[in-house]
Amino acid sequence: MKLIIQETYEQASEWAAKYIRNRIVHFAPGPGRFFTLGLPTGSTPLGCYRKLVEYYKNGDLSFKYVKTFNMDEYVGLPRDHPESYHSFMWNNFFKHVDISAENVHILDGNAADLQAECDAFEDKIKAAGGIELFVGGIGPDGHIAFNEPGSSLVSRTRVKTLAMDTILANARFFDGDLSKVPTMALTVGVGTVMDAREVMILITGAHKAFALYKAIEEGVNHMWTVSAFQQHPQTVFVCDEDATLELKVKTVKYFKGLMLVHNKLVEPLYSMKETEAERSHSKKPYSD
Amino acid sequence: MPSNKSVSDAPIAQFTNCRLLRGRRLQREDLWVREGKILNPEKLFFDEKGSADVQLDCKGCILAPGFIDVQINGGFGVDFSLATDDFRSGIDLVAQKILSHGVTSFCPTLVTSPPSVYHQILPQISVRNGGAHGAGILGAHLEGPFISKEKKGAHPEHCIRTFEENGFQDLLATYGSLDCIRIVTLAPEIKRSSEVIQELTKRGICVSLGHSVANLSQAEEAVQHGATFITHLFNAMLPFHHRDPGIVGLLTSDKIPAGRRVFYGMISDGIHTNPAALRIAHRAHPKGMVLVTDAIAGMGLAPGRHTLGQQVVEIDGLNTYIAGTKTLSGSVATMDTCVRHFLEATGCSVETALEAASLHPAQLLGIEDRKGTLNYDSDADFLMLDDSLHVQATYIAGEEVWRQDALGM
Repeated sequence: MKLIIQETYEQASEWAAKYIRNRIVHFAPGPGRFFTLGLPTGSTPLGCYRKLVEYYKNGDLSFKYVKTFNMDEYVGLPRDHPESYHSFMWNNFFKHVDISAENVHILDGNAADLQAECDAFEDKIKAAGGIELFVGGIGPDGHIAFNEPGSSLVSRTRVKTLAMDTILANARFFDGDLSKVPTMALTVGVGTVMDAREVMILITGAHKAFALYKAIEEGVNHMWTVSAFQQHPQTVFVCDEDATLELKVKTVKYFKGLMLVHNKLVEPLYSMKETEAERSHSKKPYSD
Repeated sequence: MPSNKSVSDAPIAQFTNCRLLRGRRLQREDLWVREGKILNPEKLFFDEKGSADVQLDCKGCILAPGFIDVQINGGFGVDFSLATDDFRSGIDLVAQKILSHGVTSFCPTLVTSPPSVYHQILPQISVRNGGAHGAGILGAHLEGPFISKEKKGAHPEHCIRTFEENGFQDLLATYGSLDCIRIVTLAPEIKRSSEVIQELTKRGICVSLGHSVANLSQAEEAVQHGATFITHLFNAMLPFHHRDPGIVGLLTSDKIPAGRRVFYGMISDGIHTNPAALRIAHRAHPKGMVLVTDAIAGMGLAPGRHTLGQQVVEIDGLNTYIAGTKTLSGSVATMDTCVRHFLEATGCSVETALEAASLHPAQLLGIEDRKGTLNYDSDADFLMLDDSLHVQATYIAGEEVWRQDALGM
């Protein structure tokens, strides 16, 4: 894995956004050649979304040929509820950029047959050619998407009942009222995300520090499902200082030392304004 | 290009780069319009997989709901209380001209007049939608003739009547027909007013108290029977007294039936009420403030003499008096001037000033589900304003019906 440590939340968000931007621009998406992006929700990726919107507004990045697949959605919450993940994605990302609605895929938590909805989602990912880059976060209980502790590490998209940790963490979005928080969700499986060609996990804040420690310094364990990515060939963890508080000094020093090398992934920062020729002359980003 | 919308093929306009008044605040959001109504873009995106056909850059303007004037007696030489042969073209002229003041809907108002005038004029007023031809007509506001002689203001005394004899029948006989009547201003101290108020309210007509010497309990009783509005607060009523606040006391009365709100019209032209009085009313009951122009035929015209119903008035600047006297008789202020003056005099927020001229009159008339807001599915009647609340453009049903710069954007 690459562990990218930035000082603050803003810097971590920006690094992640720059990485995504470079990946998309380098991919050179076009008609019939879509960049498939997996996307998360929650408070962690907000800073990253803000930067991506900024890049679009400056003309440096376009989402016209980007297909997105969100990780999850609550079951039983009306789609236009302000806390649904559809609303989250619309308000924080889609309404600000030039993505087409038919290229957006979010699980429907109100489908008549939930498992069929999940199976169809897997088919859509396959039909799109698989996911190029799956961006995710981590829960305080070490979950990826809603793959709660105990989830199979080879699981696929399915219905999950939320763990108490997750419900407590989400209560702040429902006026602090536990009874208002949905108890079930549709989620991509650990296996689904593992199938992506590359995975980027955003982890910021001291409250995520223990989960990060469990995910990268201990073994692969279904109680901390993010640990599954230790077995993925291309994983990037982007975090701020606070999130590293439970890691060994040795680990932090090692990866901070690698920042010189890792920063080459975001510098130079490419833009869609450049011509095809300018881009192909630049060096391919370093990979581990 | 094949249509990508499953609900309708009508073109979708997206107004961008603006601050719109929604949820009581100015928000940086785009306004989406389709088929004359405000569209929910999130629903369009997820349900219909749709997108905008045309994008219009508002260059940072404020987008507000169109103003609604519930008390306007005429303008540009037209007097709504004068039965002329070309009455209809007179109303059309005013409706068209007030678009530049930001008014997208209005209630043509008739002052106290003889029954013959009502019988001639009222059939010529029809409720209709606005458009390029002019602001929409919500129905007539009949200010009188059932008012108090002592508080007639500029109304002709010989036309003032009561309904003490036959109650509601007297009113019906006077007006001729109730079709297209939206508001009736009356003095509740007149005997049998309670039954009249109830009959009018039952028919969906808004009852307003004004030109009256009622005390607070008479006013409260009127409200209990259905009255919901006060015509030009402070003017043509007993002054506020600390042991009997009169009609003014309704602003803080505790006898208003639950779930109801009393609205009050104010002419914030800087003349009909002292700014301090405007502030007192606003602070006492901010959610009830309804800005009205009470404009008369002389509005929009040069200083001089003009008719108002059966009287002759004299205009000099922003002041209008009954010719030869010092009695105020309607204003020549425009709605946008009133909004700006209200903002300045009270120091309130831009949102509050705009709501007093749009949301509140819509709530008064019970039409806020389609007018007076920029909520999804509302009629797309809106204004583009600059930061000092000067109207730059007026839209009705999503179509531009007036623009400040005649050369276009």
